[in-house]
Amino acid sequence: MFAIYKRELRSYFISPIGYIFVAVYLAVSGIIFSICTLNAGQDSSVATYFMMLLYMFIIALPLLTMKLFADEKKARTEQLLLTSPVSLMGMVAAKFFAAYTIFAGTYLVSCINFIALYNYGTPNTAVLFGSSVALLLVGGACISVGVFISSLTENQLIAALATIVVILFFMMTSALNSYIDSALIRSVLNWVSIFERFSNFAYGYFDINAIVYYASISFAFLFLTVRVYEKRRWS
Amino acid sequence: MIKIENLVKRFGDKVAVAGISFTVDEGEIVGFLGPNGAGKTTTMSMLTGYLSSTEGVATINGINILEDPIEAKKQIGYLPEFPPLYLEMTVKEYLNFIYDLKSCTLNREKHLKEICDTVKITDVYNRVIRNLSKGYRQRVGIAQALVGNPKVIIFDEPTVGLDPKQIIEIRNLIKDLGRNHTVILSTHILPEVQAVCDRIIIINKGKIVANEKTENIDELFSGSRRLCLKVCGPAKDILNAIRSVTGVAYAEIIGSSDLDSTSFLVESMPGVDIRKMLFNAIVSRGWTMIGFESMGANLEDIFVSVVDQPEPNVGKKRKSVRKG
Ligand SMILES: Nc1ncnc2c1ncn2[C@@H]1O[C@H](COP(=O)(O)OP(=O)(O)O)[C@@H](O)[C@H]1O
Ligand SMILES: [Mg+2]
Repeated sequence: MFAIYKRELRSYFISPIGYIFVAVYLAVSGIIFSICTLNAGQDSSVATYFMMLLYMFIIALPLLTMKLFADEKKARTEQLLLTSPVSLMGMVAAKFFAAYTIFAGTYLVSCINFIALYNYGTPNTAVLFGSSVALLLVGGACISVGVFISSLTENQLIAALATIVVILFFMMTSALNSYIDSALIRSVLNWVSIFERFSNFAYGYFDINAIVYYASISFAFLFLTVRVYEKRRWS
Repeated sequence: MIKIENLVKRFGDKVAVAGISFTVDEGEIVGFLGPNGAGKTTTMSMLTGYLSSTEGVATINGINILEDPIEAKKQIGYLPEFPPLYLEMTVKEYLNFIYDLKSCTLNREKHLKEICDTVKITDVYNRVIRNLSKGYRQRVGIAQALVGNPKVIIFDEPTVGLDPKQIIEIRNLIKDLGRNHTVILSTHILPEVQAVCDRIIIINKGKIVANEKTENIDELFSGSRRLCLKVCGPAKDILNAIRSVTGVAYAEIIGSSDLDSTSFLVESMPGVDIRKMLFNAIVSRGWTMIGFESMGANLEDIFVSVVDQPEPNVGKKRKSVRKG
């Protein structure tokens, strides 16, 4: 399992995709940060920063996950993994964590942005920390969705686009609310919405339910990926 | 070493493998021969745990591939139909990855070096796989199967797409591997199994139609042995003499040449060796024999006859031949 993790991690930096992700992420988050917080000059405006990052995830994270299984299928190397003494769960987890490592590592680097806040004011460290934890979990959920979709196709582009659509759905379901009359459906949409749940963190409330929800999405999609491979084996 | 019992694989309605059983003993090289679509790849996929069987059991070294897949997979080195190579890696990186993937415990440097020497890829060890020729890629694929020194090695069509020189090299390599490993290889090329394998299993439409030692296989299906003789002397008398030999089922003149010799085609009755008596019958009458050729049906003939048989006949023919 560790072998797959290591290979996957290295392959991000053999092809340009790893560099592109890191560079674009740092650049864009830096720009968003300076627009949202430094210019606005208010502590609470970090909320906007975090929300904007979520929008960025919709595009950025599928870049990391699109190749994970799609490429393996296309290159016919999938057979190698599936006939080697590694469990399916191990294989899926290795791929997930490889993408996650790149994402989380880049996020941690981008936290340098916060130093500026401490120089010019007194930010609420609890909010920064709580939001970061939540953001890392949302990232995990998005990557997990991407892993799953990558296992369904051998075309990276399709994998990326489908992942964007699905993440968009999870993020934005609450945005549909204004078009819907039924209170029940609205509350369901609110419940599903990653975005809706996230706003709690950005405004300083550490929502355990949301944490559990994000983690559940991650597990659910990793589990589904394992099922895809089991099913294919038995097809 | 390998035991397959009544293995069945259905893809929806399509039956790809229709209940096959065989065993492979330790140290054997077994050839899996059949036309395209016969079910060779599917069988190998089930044996290596890539696909699950719809019915039936496959055990490797006593381990059921479905019950303990991880342990069973440790016993197997597998080269799929398309070598599973990461083109962006160097050979060195790739083999080291495989070494880790298989959780190998042998001495890394020494083991990988041995493998590279065996399959002759030492000179491309630091090259990127994408830049290697088809022949070298195939060797890297074989090297991959050898990592961890598995007891059983399975090759799916290992010589497809190679040029004749490479084909011979790969065949010799597989023969060498057979000294220390149990090998199963599939192919649709007839001379290949004859050249490499101890035993041949012929499969068609998902069923085994023959399972014999390589040296027995032609007699099994021709039933009778055909000989071609060239004799100097009066053609009619010679033909009569040949026909009078016990065990000769059929004889005819098939041509004559300027050397005043005549060629005869002779067929024996099933399972009777008429060669000595035939030779003596000619020579004792004072004629000179200048050619004596055994024309055991070649694998192509056998293969076509076996594969073209309507199914019920195959079993019958095999049985009757066995008795004879
Ligand atoms: N994944 C699959 N889905 C449906 N049919 C398949 C699949 N794989 C193989 N088959 C069918 O099963 C039969 C056996 O195929 P295969 O084992 O690849 O034959 P071989 O390797 O002997 O050429 C073929 O008719 C093929 O079309
Ligand atoms: Mg095949």
